[in-house]
Amino acid sequence: MAAVLESLLREEVSVAAVVRWIARSTRGSEDNPGEAAALSSLRPLRKEFVPFLLNFLREQSSRVLPQGPPTPAKAPGASATLPGRPGGPSRGSRGARSQLFPPTEAPSTAAEAPLARRGGRRRGPGPARERGGRGLEEGVSGENLPGAGGRRLRGSGSPSRPSLTLSDPPNLSNLEEFPPVGSVPPGPAGTKPSRRINPTPVSEERSLSKPKTCFTSTPISCVPSSQPSALDTSPWGLGLPPGCRSLQEEREMLRKERSKQLQQSPTPTCPTPELGSPLPSRAGSLTDEPADPARVSSRQRLELVALVYSSCIAENLVPNLFLELFFVFQLLTARRMVTAKDSDPELSPGVLDSLESPLFQSIHDCVFFAVQVLECHFQVLSNLDKGTLKLLAENERLLCFSPALQGRLRAAYEGSVAKVSLAMPPSAQAVSFQPETDNRANFSSDRAFHTFKKQRDVFYEVLREWEDHHEEPGWDFEKGLGSRIRAMMGQLSAACSHSHFVRLFQKQLLQMCQSPGGAGGTVLGEAPDVLSMLGADKLGRLWRLQERLMAPQSSGGPCPPPTFPGCQGFFRDFILSASSFQFNQHLMDSLSLKIRELNGLALPQHEPNDEDGESDVDWQGERRQFAVVLLSLRLLAKFLGFVAFLPYRGPEPPPTGELQDSILALRSQVPPVLDVRTLLQRGLQARRAVLTVPWLVEFLSFADHVVPLLDYYRDIFILLLRLHRSLVLSQESERKMCFLNKLLLLAVLGWLFQIPTVPEDLFFLEEGPSDAFEVDTVAPEHGLDAAPVVDQQLLYTCCPYIGELRKLLALWVSGSSGRSGGFMRKITPTTTTGLGAQPSRTSQGLQARLAHAFFHNQPPSLRRTVEFVAERIGSNCVKHIKATLVADLVRQAESLLQEQLVTQGEEGGDPAQLLEILCSQLCPHGAQALALGREFCHRKSPGAVRALLPEETPAAVLSSAENIAVGLATEKACAWLSANITALIRREVKAAVSRTLRAQGPEPAARGERRGCSRACEHHAPLPSHLISEIKDVLSLAVGPRDPDEGVSPEHLEQLLGQLGQTLRCRQFLCPPAEQHLAKCSVDLASLLVADQIPILGPPAQYRLERGQARRLLHMLLSLWKEDFQGPVPLQLLLSPRNVGLLADTRPREWDLLLFLLRELVEKGLMGRMEIEACLGSLHQAQWPGDFAEELATLSNLFLAEPHLPEPQLRACELVQPNRGTVLAQS
Amino acid sequence: MILTKAQYKEIAQCLVSVPPTRQSLRKLNQSRATLLSIFSQEYQKHIKRTHAKHHTSEAIESYYQRYLNGVVKNGAAPVLLDLANEVDYAPSLMARLILERFLQEHEETAPSKSVINSMLRGPSQIPDGVLANQVYQCIVNDCCYGPLVDCIKHAIGHEHEVLLRDLLLEKNLPFLGEDQLRAKGYDKTPDFILQVPVAVEGHIIHWIESKASFGDECSHHAYLHDQFWSYWNRSWTATGKGHSLTLKILEEKLGGKETQRCITIME
Repeated sequence: MAAVLESLLREEVSVAAVVRWIARSTRGSEDNPGEAAALSSLRPLRKEFVPFLLNFLREQSSRVLPQGPPTPAKAPGASATLPGRPGGPSRGSRGARSQLFPPTEAPSTAAEAPLARRGGRRRGPGPARERGGRGLEEGVSGENLPGAGGRRLRGSGSPSRPSLTLSDPPNLSNLEEFPPVGSVPPGPAGTKPSRRINPTPVSEERSLSKPKTCFTSTPISCVPSSQPSALDTSPWGLGLPPGCRSLQEEREMLRKERSKQLQQSPTPTCPTPELGSPLPSRAGSLTDEPADPARVSSRQRLELVALVYSSCIAENLVPNLFLELFFVFQLLTARRMVTAKDSDPELSPGVLDSLESPLFQSIHDCVFFAVQVLECHFQVLSNLDKGTLKLLAENERLLCFSPALQGRLRAAYEGSVAKVSLAMPPSAQAVSFQPETDNRANFSSDRAFHTFKKQRDVFYEVLREWEDHHEEPGWDFEKGLGSRIRAMMGQLSAACSHSHFVRLFQKQLLQMCQSPGGAGGTVLGEAPDVLSMLGADKLGRLWRLQERLMAPQSSGGPCPPPTFPGCQGFFRDFILSASSFQFNQHLMDSLSLKIRELNGLALPQHEPNDEDGESDVDWQGERRQFAVVLLSLRLLAKFLGFVAFLPYRGPEPPPTGELQDSILALRSQVPPVLDVRTLLQRGLQARRAVLTVPWLVEFLSFADHVVPLLDYYRDIFILLLRLHRSLVLSQESERKMCFLNKLLLLAVLGWLFQIPTVPEDLFFLEEGPSDAFEVDTVAPEHGLDAAPVVDQQLLYTCCPYIGELRKLLALWVSGSSGRSGGFMRKITPTTTTGLGAQPSRTSQGLQARLAHAFFHNQPPSLRRTVEFVAERIGSNCVKHIKATLVADLVRQAESLLQEQLVTQGEEGGDPAQLLEILCSQLCPHGAQALALGREFCHRKSPGAVRALLPEETPAAVLSSAENIAVGLATEKACAWLSANITALIRREVKAAVSRTLRAQGPEPAARGERRGCSRACEHHAPLPSHLISEIKDVLSLAVGPRDPDEGVSPEHLEQLLGQLGQTLRCRQFLCPPAEQHLAKCSVDLASLLVADQIPILGPPAQYRLERGQARRLLHMLLSLWKEDFQGPVPLQLLLSPRNVGLLADTRPREWDLLLFLLRELVEKGLMGRMEIEACLGSLHQAQWPGDFAEELATLSNLFLAEPHLPEPQLRACELVQPNRGTVLAQS
Repeated sequence: MILTKAQYKEIAQCLVSVPPTRQSLRKLNQSRATLLSIFSQEYQKHIKRTHAKHHTSEAIESYYQRYLNGVVKNGAAPVLLDLANEVDYAPSLMARLILERFLQEHEETAPSKSVINSMLRGPSQIPDGVLANQVYQCIVNDCCYGPLVDCIKHAIGHEHEVLLRDLLLEKNLPFLGEDQLRAKGYDKTPDFILQVPVAVEGHIIHWIESKASFGDECSHHAYLHDQFWSYWNRSWTATGKGHSLTLKILEEKLGGKETQRCITIME
């Protein structure tokens, strides 16, 4: 690279030629012969140019960005294998870099001295240093290995740093150079398994910078944000006398120094303050080293490198566009140099050209370089979100260095509508019960159904517990929930239960995790929209506030490893804890199916000729739908990748050598869980890369180390690499991809290329004949790729790491005040709607083709409206038929059944047979359904279409649309009806029959003769519960034990029975069990009355009920039994041994009430003589005291001696009702 | 009636020592329904806590012997009831215990649960006359357990459901009842799902389950676990997750009767 750069600097070759050379070596012929010649000798190094360049830049900047989040660079790791490299790994990276630019000609002494000293001090790379003086060829061969250096660069806190500052007096007060013990950032030595340096959170930079306050005399908390921070080693930091160590002294000096500065010139920063930007001057200009365009050293060199670098970025020769942007932003916002090259640019123009002096000699250089690069990428910048744009436009350094770029950015900011809100984790929401799939009918057995019912509850219990606890420190998923989850999985024995559970799991996953940013729109559907339309301003603010509070602080640097943020963590841990093979398999099946389904979804395609305002509105909807599909796909693919590669992933390093070969041989036989290669190829051919690639990337991000080595997946990676190369942002054309679509793909692909499991050499070593890629895309007219389906919201939702750019800028703005949350300023939630069902396109017949053609010429909203109307009306039609025709048929069935029952007697014959007869009679009527359905659709569809289309729609278009809607709705309804109407009628009739038969059964009350309240009833009767409770009290009083003064008054008893009558007549609150108990209690009460066991409160000492009163009460009871009870009354209990036995205790025994009761029962037809005789007969079998048995026998004889009253009506009752009542009461 | 937690605790404390009989409950004659409900729940908690100790075979055997001795002395005395009160156990449950033991002794096979239940519901079926009377006495004297009390509870639940339905109709709030939901194939349903949610004191109400009992914390947790979460799991609340619940007991004059309604709000 040095050679190339040298050539460039010597103006032997043009930048364009160099970039062409890098991009495709074969096309060298285009260049002029001289250039070609100059470059052809370097051909073998072509591949390594870009990684070299990147590493070079990283290294050069490492002095500027000592503590900031490191920008990872990824490059081939050839170094490890290179012979002759002593101490291959680590430390000397910086030295290794510098050796690449050997001091061929003596530069200025200032530049030379530190270099020489640096070299001398370094032990490790000594030999390399020796090589430094050699010719270009050798130098280059030594540079074959830039990768190692590059990656090592991330360890910005490398111990070799102090050597850099050797020429300067050690500034011990610089706490970043001499950080307090414990705050030293982790060294670069490969202790981390990941090649990616753990990104230091942005906020931590602040914490490291805190020691700044050491220099102020005020306590930390009182430091005003605008106060200049003294950490800057320049300009004043360096002026300290070497011996000055005492903090106190330093403080004093600083204060003086500062006041001097302030007096002299408050803002040396911007030489053109009159540029007149209305932007508020931010604290940044004071807190950090000011950058001055006038003090840039070696402009030409910086410009050249910036140009080459920018071109590489533009040509997608770098793996990750946003990583480079991040790096550039870091340069832009660099706060200070570690080695303060404060002295004015002393490099004479003649020396500028050489590379051996550090590229960035000062902050000015860094900012200059950054601005140069940014100028080349204005297009990308202008497509960032509004917040980032604002921060960029307000960046005073940009204003200083390139007012033109600032102006463009400002214009872009003002015109931008791309407000992005950071995704808010939606609150948990249960998957609703789905009657059509969660029904009993979908389970093999009752058991399975009930198990699943339980499973659902356990699942949500676990989920809720996780929600409550997962943020608590010390809470462990496995410990807390693992055993419960496994127990639950253990119960899912049947395969069908597994699939049910997996469906629930997947739905819950989608519901909880796929909210595409802001407002948790999927949860409430369109509720936020509706609410905001209602003017719920406060609500909107609340949403925003909540979002602000809940948005994650950082997504983990510009290149975070794949993670499961928020709720996704639950599902991952669930899978891990369940560790169930069956579950994983079912889950993979289900995920694959859903991915295929969504990936194949016919998303509406853009018609470029339809560019009026209306279509713009429509595109909102299209975009939203696309976003929902894409995010769902990404989520599903992520989990599929996770589960599919789970068995192969482990903490151990990737295998090598023979072991790797055998593993490869084994793994290459395993068919992929989902044929992603074919899906990718098809996606590319159909120009749907913007849909397919993002989820594929999610899937691949969970691949294990072996995967990229497998032929199958290697093909995929090559395809992706070619795609990446072909997505040149500056090439805009009608048929190609939209800018933001490209940006999304570049972002996700760039991210993928940084994943540790993706081999490092893959990106750079793979030949990228981008032409070959172009060839096989003989694409349809307008693929999804050409449609503006991606907006910034989606881009940032898919790639939250892009937001790191904004955080970087925000951090700059927030200066040293320590505010770290200031980067979210504009928050506007947007919503998405659920994924609507896509009406199927029936493309049969001329009519359909005509309809298709018709829609083609109309705005897409028309088509959607018509399809929507058709879909709804069709569905409504089926419901309507169910509610009318089918309900009528069911009523007919019921009356037919009644007739049948009457003619065939009580039993009515075999239910199955009955059903068959009824169905054969009724099902033919189902044919009417089609005619009725057609009529319904004809009646309803046109109105709906008319209501939904714009008023101004031309009449002809309107009527065509109406007709198509009618046709589609009819088609849909009739298709369903003709297929299902018979089964539907059958099912409903069957339900009705079993209902009727059940009603026929034991409970006569349900036979329809059960009376309700009378019309005039106002439902003021006492409540049944109250009555049962009252009667129970009387019973317990009678049974005892009781206090001597306890009892009931006859009036109370009478009132109670009166109330009972009222309650029984008002059926409003009465349920059958209550009535049964009331009946039983009333019988008990009667028995106690007969036995005179009820303690009566009355005039003193009169503790027995008067005979007349007793008879009156019994009469009341009899009439209640006769008139008011609708259920059976267990009257035979009156003659049960226990109740009759009550009489045995009374002395003298009074039999007349019993006899009276028995007679009345017979007379009222409540019991038959025979029945009573039978009861009396069985009474004799019980064991009684001698005299009691005698009296009982007398009673029987007395009763039996009475004349029969054989009334026919009475006989019926005798035979039917009481018998059944007996049975019931006993049960 | 709305009680503060402190008031509730005080009441519950007072009620701890009261046996569940008619005589002791006469003392609770003000705002009877609420107090009864609180008492009943406190008593049930007490019984749940002590249930196990009455079910050891030694305990059963000693109770049975004491019962036998008691009835031999005087069959008409409230032997079983006194025994229950003495050992601080619900009379109905004591009756069941003794009945079970009795049937084990007098019949070849162990009695099935349904037989026992049926005998408790209709003591006339109990083969032994003395035991039948004793059991009956226990049942009518027990205010917290037994088939009669169960029936009363059930009736109260039903009545309140009806009251609630009337109230919803009266207020013109459209709803789907349990039957309608069952007909649609739902496995677990609340009493009513409001077709259009309403707000009560700042809380969005999606469904209502009438419980017709005093809503203390314990019963809430039980209901929450058995029912409410199940409803939530089936998405009958559309907002957020449920973590806290607010409880209100409203005293209302409905249908000329003093009733209480307990509104549970799940968020």
